[in-house]
Amino acid sequence: MSESIRENAPEPRLPDCCNLGVWLRVLLAVNLGGLVAAFARAPASGMLGEFVESAALLEPVALASLLALCGARRVLERLDHAAAVALVFGIVLALTALFHTLFLALGEGELWRALLWAALATLLLLGYFDLRARAQSPALAEARLLALTARIRPHFLFNSINAVLGVLRSDPRRAERALEEMADLFRALMRDNRDLVPLSDELALARQYLDLEKLRLGDRLQVRWEIDSCPVDALVPPLMLQPLLENAVYHGIEPAEQPGELLVRMTGDRQRLIIELSNPVVAGGDHHKGNHMALANIRERLMLFYDLEARLEIAERAGRYIVHIILPNRKP
Amino acid sequence: MKPLRLLIVDDEAPARARLRDLLDDIAAELPTAVVAEAGDGIAALECIEDIEPGGIDIALIDIRMPRMDGIELAQHLARLALPPAVIFATAYDQYAVKAFELNAVDYLLKPVRAERLAAALQKARSVPLPDAALRQLAPQGRRHLRCPERGRVLLVPVVEVLYFKAEQKYVTARTAAREYLLEESLTQLEQEFAERFVRIHRNCLVARDAVAGYARKPAGQSVAEAESEAAELHWVLELKGVPEHLPVSRRQWAQVKALLGI
Repeated sequence: MSESIRENAPEPRLPDCCNLGVWLRVLLAVNLGGLVAAFARAPASGMLGEFVESAALLEPVALASLLALCGARRVLERLDHAAAVALVFGIVLALTALFHTLFLALGEGELWRALLWAALATLLLLGYFDLRARAQSPALAEARLLALTARIRPHFLFNSINAVLGVLRSDPRRAERALEEMADLFRALMRDNRDLVPLSDELALARQYLDLEKLRLGDRLQVRWEIDSCPVDALVPPLMLQPLLENAVYHGIEPAEQPGELLVRMTGDRQRLIIELSNPVVAGGDHHKGNHMALANIRERLMLFYDLEARLEIAERAGRYIVHIILPNRKP
Repeated sequence: MKPLRLLIVDDEAPARARLRDLLDDIAAELPTAVVAEAGDGIAALECIEDIEPGGIDIALIDIRMPRMDGIELAQHLARLALPPAVIFATAYDQYAVKAFELNAVDYLLKPVRAERLAAALQKARSVPLPDAALRQLAPQGRRHLRCPERGRVLLVPVVEVLYFKAEQKYVTARTAAREYLLEESLTQLEQEFAERFVRIHRNCLVARDAVAGYARKPAGQSVAEAESEAAELHWVLELKGVPEHLPVSRRQWAQVKALLGI
């Protein structure tokens, strides 16, 4: 019993100091702390001066520490937790001492006081990030569950099975292919979806899904792929494309009188991966009803995987509904 | 035994093929003939025109289709002189299935099984679905009105109708382009499209969106009438897109004013 609970308890983790969200939170906390300290020392009139003075030391120490910790990320990952924490403290305190000596002319504060504050701030921030990670890991499991249940619309499942039955007698080979695609799709849905996967896997899954839809919808579904220049080895969250494509088919193709085109466009450079999916807007369609759950689900997973570094935006332009995703380009 | 004459309406070709296969399988115990197939509600109404009235015993109808969905198609079929029985087929639509259960409407879940299909066909009565049941399934009303005209059928989108007017036996629907003769009653139209249209006169319903303004005019068309009520002015509504003014009856004026927010 205790074994399994121990297994489930999340490992203590250090924050990823290369992450923009972490930077933002650290700088915010440090400055807020500086402000409170300034207020405590000289309420009202003298407060601003105090703050500016202390900021002259706070900002460079905080920025340099983040930079150094980002640089030392690989080393920190390899160490066990206690050693990593010690190293973090070492780096922060050393930088504090360095800047304090450099800027001694500016303030008259004593070194031991600055070191004490730095240690306290580091302790508090590490505690905060640890708590945050703990709070989010059940959410990660939950998101995975959501991925299992809300992914494929029952509408799609039953219609696809019906379509396979419909071609079984006239075109058994097509029926075979469809069943194989369905098996792959469900295997992907049921695997452990907590880790990033190569973009090429996601693309293969998307193609299989669209091929199944083509069985039902025939020429009504057209797909254009503009993915020649995208880095297919980039790592992306699992099951990100398929639900978005399913939305696009459900709202943009199925209710449309004329055949419609889905556009899948991906580009990327060394820093970013940009994904654009678009479908025709159908007049009188109910685009906004069922759509939000899938989008909210994907947004939440992007947040869990990338914090503030990924974005998902929605726009409607020139009769097309466009989903835009920007991710950091992570390599294996 | 005379085969049952069927109409199959589904937007997915494999789904129609599946139904045909199943009908073949049960042909020995229940002979059927597929009279027509269509890919959506409007196509179905069009192909019905080429079939003699009463030429279809049962319509098998998918719910979610482009252009016109299955529920609206059923509403139009129910208005035919000799309407077919309707059996809905749906892959997954919790809302519709609940409504079917409540209103004892026949339905099949896709993928359909041969035994279920046979049972549903045998049970289907040649009674049109009650209008009340259909209205519960489509609370917003139909999106088209059916206007039979010289051997063909025109479908008038409800959103284009500016007003309905009852003249003797007929009701006409006016759009910006022209007038259509309908086989409907004004009272039923008023009930079905209560959100969209306001009654302004014993013989007239006006689309709320179509009202451009209002004025006072002398009443009556004939000289005698105009003279006899010379002192009296009546309220009329001006409409967007058409020149004619529509008189508002005195009894309706207060209500019309409140409804239109003037």
